[in-house]
Amino acid sequence: MTAAAQGPGYEVVVIGAGHNGLVCAAYLARAGRKVLVLEAAPTVGGAAVTQEFSPGFRVSSCAHLLHLMPEFLCSELALDKHGLEFAANALPTVALSTEREPLVLDAAAHEGLLEPDGSAYAGYRARMAEFAAALQPLFERAPPRLGTGAYADWAGLLRFGWQIRRLGRPRMRELLRIGAMNVYDLLQEHFSDPGLQGALAFDAVLGTNFGPRSPGTVLTLLCRLAAQGAAGVGGLRLPRGGLGALSAALAGAATAAGAEIRTAAAVARILVKDDRAYGVQLRSGEQIRADAVVSNADPKSSLLGLLGAEHLDTGFVRRVHHLRTHGLTAKLHLALRGPPRFSTVPGALQGGRLLVAPSLHYLERCFNSTKYGEYSAAPAMEIIVPTLHDPALAPRGAHVLSAIVQYLPYQLRGGWDAGRQPCVDVLIAALEVHAPGITGLVQAAELLTPLDIEQRFHIQGGHWHHGELAFDQFYMVRPVPGATQYSTPLAGLYLCGAGSHPGGGVMGYAGRNAARRILALRAAA
Amino acid sequence: MATIGGGMQRHDAIIIGAGHNGLVAACYLARAGLNVLVLERQAYIGGAAVSRRLYEDFTYSNCSYVCSLLRPQIIRSLELPRFGLQVIPYEGGCTMMRDGGHFSLYDNHDALRREISRHSRRDAEAYDRYARDVQRQCKFIKPLLLREPPDPTSFKPRDLRELLYLARRFNGLGEERMYDTLRFWTMSAADFLDEYFESEIIKAHMAGSSIIGTALGPRSPGSAYVLLHHYMGDIDETVGAWGFARGGMGAVSKALGESLQAAGGQIRVDAPVEQILVEGGRAHGVRLANGERLHAKLVVSNMDVRRTFLESMDEADLPADFVRQVRNFKIRGSSGKLNIALDGLPQFPQIPAGSPSIRGDLHVTDTIEMMERAYDDWKEGRWSRAPYIDMLLPSLIDPTMAPEGKHYMSVFVQYCPYQLAEGPWTAGRRQAFGETVLETIGAYSPDFRDLVRHTEIRTPWDIENEVGLTEGNIFQGELTLDQLLFNRPIPGYAQYRAPVRGLYMCGSSTHPGGGVMGAPGANAARAILNDLGKAATVP
Repeated sequence: MTAAAQGPGYEVVVIGAGHNGLVCAAYLARAGRKVLVLEAAPTVGGAAVTQEFSPGFRVSSCAHLLHLMPEFLCSELALDKHGLEFAANALPTVALSTEREPLVLDAAAHEGLLEPDGSAYAGYRARMAEFAAALQPLFERAPPRLGTGAYADWAGLLRFGWQIRRLGRPRMRELLRIGAMNVYDLLQEHFSDPGLQGALAFDAVLGTNFGPRSPGTVLTLLCRLAAQGAAGVGGLRLPRGGLGALSAALAGAATAAGAEIRTAAAVARILVKDDRAYGVQLRSGEQIRADAVVSNADPKSSLLGLLGAEHLDTGFVRRVHHLRTHGLTAKLHLALRGPPRFSTVPGALQGGRLLVAPSLHYLERCFNSTKYGEYSAAPAMEIIVPTLHDPALAPRGAHVLSAIVQYLPYQLRGGWDAGRQPCVDVLIAALEVHAPGITGLVQAAELLTPLDIEQRFHIQGGHWHHGELAFDQFYMVRPVPGATQYSTPLAGLYLCGAGSHPGGGVMGYAGRNAARRILALRAAA
Repeated sequence: MATIGGGMQRHDAIIIGAGHNGLVAACYLARAGLNVLVLERQAYIGGAAVSRRLYEDFTYSNCSYVCSLLRPQIIRSLELPRFGLQVIPYEGGCTMMRDGGHFSLYDNHDALRREISRHSRRDAEAYDRYARDVQRQCKFIKPLLLREPPDPTSFKPRDLRELLYLARRFNGLGEERMYDTLRFWTMSAADFLDEYFESEIIKAHMAGSSIIGTALGPRSPGSAYVLLHHYMGDIDETVGAWGFARGGMGAVSKALGESLQAAGGQIRVDAPVEQILVEGGRAHGVRLANGERLHAKLVVSNMDVRRTFLESMDEADLPADFVRQVRNFKIRGSSGKLNIALDGLPQFPQIPAGSPSIRGDLHVTDTIEMMERAYDDWKEGRWSRAPYIDMLLPSLIDPTMAPEGKHYMSVFVQYCPYQLAEGPWTAGRRQAFGETVLETIGAYSPDFRDLVRHTEIRTPWDIENEVGLTEGNIFQGELTLDQLLFNRPIPGYAQYRAPVRGLYMCGSSTHPGGGVMGAPGANAARAILNDLGKAATVP
């Protein structure tokens, strides 16, 4: 298939084989649609990939754990039958400290906590889980639109209200109060242990442009908990072979349902005629026609890049332009000659999810630096050593360390070219504090700054949610008014990526919701 | 009705605190025929709206210093102009830049456009769009100020009616504007301004009011609302205008006090309340610090909720959950104030000669980053090394504030913590804080330091001690979404009624919050009169 393909072609073309694109394609194909997925990279997965970063060493390049994808999605697409296996389930979360025994944070267990934090912890967990469960159903549907008078939109709003009202009056009030609050205040209300506060706040700020004191961080925390709640009992899971194995399974599910996937097929632009998207043109010049085009790319790339501002009105373009997309989250990958040893962590927990977030102040200071294009010499990190569970990712005896680093700025003062090596040194030095001797084990290091993530995965701004997850870019106004409900102002063009509700993380909701939306609209038409 | 000491007289209502909201509430109650007594612990009325002569013949508006938010309906219905209130708008404003430049804000639209164009042509175009959008938000919110917030968890007809009113108003905005409003309420001032302006200096100048009095930085979500909170005023129907009360902010309190007395209400100064008396789940009076007991059918507290419920009541008289929530009420102080007596008018060479800007609010913070760094200092428990200052020379507009040829300068300082990381506030530390501010000003005015004759330095700690505002928070509680509307001050208790019968709240801790607005006092009076079955006389 080289020259311009003629005829009706496909019913739906999906741009990008990231996890949401694949999920969307799989659901559309299962509903009998003729679907083609186009991926620029030579492999599927987008940012959910396992890549070799040093000869013989492989790692999940962005997200490195699977804990947000809902159980029902995994079983609807039968991902286990398509090869998804787990090297580890229910990884414990361990908050590292230089001053005392590490804290192990599990749903029930709370070893190492002094009273009254010990007993407050269980109550806090239960209450937050309850709130998260009340919000979770919102993830499974397109958000309503305001002021349309349409029954579906009214019903959506009322459902939202009912979902919260049924918590009972005291809890509804509490949710309405804390919903817009910052996680710093929330945790100060509940606990006094700085280590516990830091570890719990870490989940609220991870992947955001916020410090714990920024209002809106309770929302980001609840979103994470909501997704985790629906992800089922597996907890924090490590796919065997890394996140790339998940993408492979999703691709398997999509093709088994009849979807076609073409890799190394970069889309250059979306084709428009008579105010309607009718297909795409590849960089090779090839044109592919389709009744509908669904973009898994971020909203800015999709609307201003692939489509082009000339097809949109100025007010809308301005909104898209103002979408905040600068990421602050980076990845550090180390190829290690031998297993690292986190000195305070008991052997059985070395393979857990290790957090460097010793206090709220630590996180806030860390965030402060990035406001000025700098990074803190005391970074916050989520560390795993996947090879302890999945040795095949590294040569025999060797290990891989994968760390999510919060916060590194997208634009570093002085630029990342000059700043890269000093930053790697700072990060390794920070690891050395908890894992003495690790510096000597490092054989190779790879740092993916938000800028690298932008370039490697074509996510403008390098934000893992394709756009900040904040109230003013959330739910009914995500990604921007006029492009909600997975539609765009251009007929026939849809969005299915993390930029849409309910946002990023390897969840798949956006892809599934978009597919359902497209099917519903087609059925109605 | 045995009482210790005098005060055998039984009042209909006792109001604790003669701050502006206490006085507003008292005025409306007295006008409805209630026998009202206002108790004030200081020797003067006004709370944080006072004019004080602390140095020779200089008059300091030593806490609040400018006037705009006071609801026009209140000014009219309480006939405040008749009792001497005169608000004089001030002219423009200016931010002096570190590179020697400046940005001036003019009332004249053409002059303002020319001035903005000097920094960015694009921003001059954007300004009209900005002003229109902010006005639109103001228009939506303003009518809500003088209403009791509905309880969204309640199915009572009144609450449902009020919710419906809100929904209708909101729906009336139209789809696009509804989204704008949703976004506006939750976004940061910096992000909001980024959507309009490119020039750092324009953004910095506009962002100033988003941080005043808050525990937020300009980049914290929610700060856009605070910006709006400061735009909601008007003087003689010039929307968003700010001015001076002739004779200082005490003139507002004085007019309210006289309006109250004309309506038959009484005020007792030097009468600090120690305890709100509760019996059988009902408030029936107060005990003063001297042991005197005063009785009333109802008690209205103009103190902030922490002071009311945690310091003036027996916890056993309150629901445990309520007490816990009051403890969690966020009321961190973040602002300081300098009142300065000057021997003459200081020169600011960066302000063009003859410009009206000098008669407005002057600033020296020329980037958002500077503000954000100032905020970072506060988070670390120290006053800002390069603080945001809002500096005015009221005596240029109102000559009664200083002897002839001399000037009074009011300098509001953001940020200054209530508790310093290095230890408690001492005279030396207060002096050092003052020095930071004087130096900041001195850097823009060569003769300023030599003109200073007297400086009153006020930290949040001083404001708490003198005015009684917990932690010196000027809004009686932070203005974040978790403490606005039906959440203010405590979810479920946003309708001015305390969990004890006969006890009401009328201070800025309640909806719609702080600033010399008077709306909480009026709303509380409306709720009380409604409970008493009296005709609604409150606007």
